[in-house]
Amino acid sequence: MTSYVQNIQETCTSIFEGMAVTFSHLFRKPITVEYPDRMGRHLRETLPERYRGHLDVDMEICISCLACEKACPIECIVIEDVQISKETVVGVDGKETARVKEPTRFDINLYKCMYCGLCVEPCPTGAIRFTKEFEGATSDLSKLHLRFVTPEGKARVLLKGQEYEKEQAEKARLKAEAAARAAAEKAKAAAEGTKPLGGELPAAEPPKTEPPSEEEKGA
Amino acid sequence: MQQLLDRILASLGWTGEGPTQIVYFLGMLFFAVALLRVCFTPFAGVVSWAERRIAARMQSRVGPNRVGPQGILQWLADGLKCVLKEDLIPEDADRLLFRVAPYLVFCGLFGAFAVLPFSRHLVIADLDVGAFYVMAITSLVPLGIIMSGWASNNKWSLLGGMRSAAQIISYEIPAALSLLAVILAAGTLSLQGIIRAQGWSPADWFVFRNPFLFTGFFYFFIANLAEGNRTPFDLPEAESELVAGYTTEYSGMRFAFFMLAEWANLYVIAAVVTVAFLGGWNVPAIADGALLTLLEMVVFALKSFAVVFVIIWIRWTLPRLRVDQMMLVCWKYLVPLSFLNVLGTAVWMMIVPEESLFGRAFAWALVLIAALIAALFGWRVRKNLVDAGVGRFAAKPIS
Repeated sequence: MTSYVQNIQETCTSIFEGMAVTFSHLFRKPITVEYPDRMGRHLRETLPERYRGHLDVDMEICISCLACEKACPIECIVIEDVQISKETVVGVDGKETARVKEPTRFDINLYKCMYCGLCVEPCPTGAIRFTKEFEGATSDLSKLHLRFVTPEGKARVLLKGQEYEKEQAEKARLKAEAAARAAAEKAKAAAEGTKPLGGELPAAEPPKTEPPSEEEKGA
Repeated sequence: MQQLLDRILASLGWTGEGPTQIVYFLGMLFFAVALLRVCFTPFAGVVSWAERRIAARMQSRVGPNRVGPQGILQWLADGLKCVLKEDLIPEDADRLLFRVAPYLVFCGLFGAFAVLPFSRHLVIADLDVGAFYVMAITSLVPLGIIMSGWASNNKWSLLGGMRSAAQIISYEIPAALSLLAVILAAGTLSLQGIIRAQGWSPADWFVFRNPFLFTGFFYFFIANLAEGNRTPFDLPEAESELVAGYTTEYSGMRFAFFMLAEWANLYVIAAVVTVAFLGGWNVPAIADGALLTLLEMVVFALKSFAVVFVIIWIRWTLPRLRVDQMMLVCWKYLVPLSFLNVLGTAVWMMIVPEESLFGRAFAWALVLIAALIAALFGWRVRKNLVDAGVGRFAAKPIS
């Protein structure tokens, strides 16, 4: 009989306590984040500073060192570049770096990317970096194939490359001319001095419009 | 009504010949069904929305808040979705029973709305046996549930149906006995009569009339929770054990019928509790005519939705009982105690007349005790909030 009454009493008190707990929850703020439209500010702004979202590349400061391409474990970065005349870029950390190449193509396959961050770490200028953009859902996979070099940018870079080549060719021509002149002078001096048996040596032909060879390009 | 029906039938090309009685009967039936559907489905809908919102808040979520203001039209969207879904019948199911079952459940609960008195005048049928009618027509529900459980040809459904049968038949007894005590006190089975026997002040409500009716209120409430398959007695549809119990094999509109009936049931329980124990629509005579009717409706709605809230609140507080515990609560606690209640109420009415000074004083003392319990509860809730450091309840940091 005592246990009978005790059971009833325990039931009443435990239900009383339990209901007090659940009722108190009605006065607490829900912790649900109503993404995306009822947030006050966009979720992107609430993300931590080092959030790993989509990759972005600042082509202004990319020096095409290929460090990111080499670092990527799944090879989702593809870079093609041309040599340009040496210029100086200022990295995100304010340090100056020399740029001798510039990409004509810089593609990242975001649908392959695993956001490991290995490409961001070796970048000498901080050109490649994570953004806080994370909304990658798309009905078209090719939209995730990011191409950071626009056709206009590519044309501009190619122009720069051609200028560089012209410059190089000019340099080579001048150098060859100088060499030829030096050789001629040397020959003259020798002829005057020693009088060789044969006639005059033919002057070395300077490479006038020939583009630099493949080895030169790759160097 | 008769003229309206005549006019509609005439416009349909009926010339008054043929089986008049049958045509009128069918016409009236159509009206009744339309009325039930249009007027009382929103009750179930709003209750379903309220349940989801309250449940969400108790779990620190937000709940449906997109369809309509604060998501109050969510039930329309859900209903529409259910209508558009495929209606599946399992291959080995008993096709006839499978189809009939949802309508039985639905009819059982929506039939009860016919006698619910929303105000002094606003009631579809003030039956002399209203309380008996409610108990009787809601008995169609276990029939439908067992039918659906059996017809589905599925072990989960069958287990759910059998549990439901055992549960509802068991809990009919304490529910009926507790209601019997009220009927003793009111001297009538009519729901309007029961309300008229009470007054607007809490001391006039049956729940505070005497100690037996006070405890009887809780027995009736618990028994009705079990009859309505509500947690902690939701064994028939226990999600974690039986998938969805007797509704496992149902889809589309038939499933919607079950769900609608469940939430309508919630409201019916609350309304019957309000009528029997909480004074129904009684308001002080401060107005008359249409205003009074409106006031009575508001009071009834407030009381019944407060009870709905408590039922929802219990659902999200208590865990489910085991089958044996469920039976134990009924047969070892509720049944003997409610028998005692009937006896006690009768004796109390004999020795303490309602209008005697002691009777009034006792009623007010009970009201006071209830108020004290409510205050204690408020203090306990506040303590929980302080402990959790919520907003303005948070303890001030010691500086």
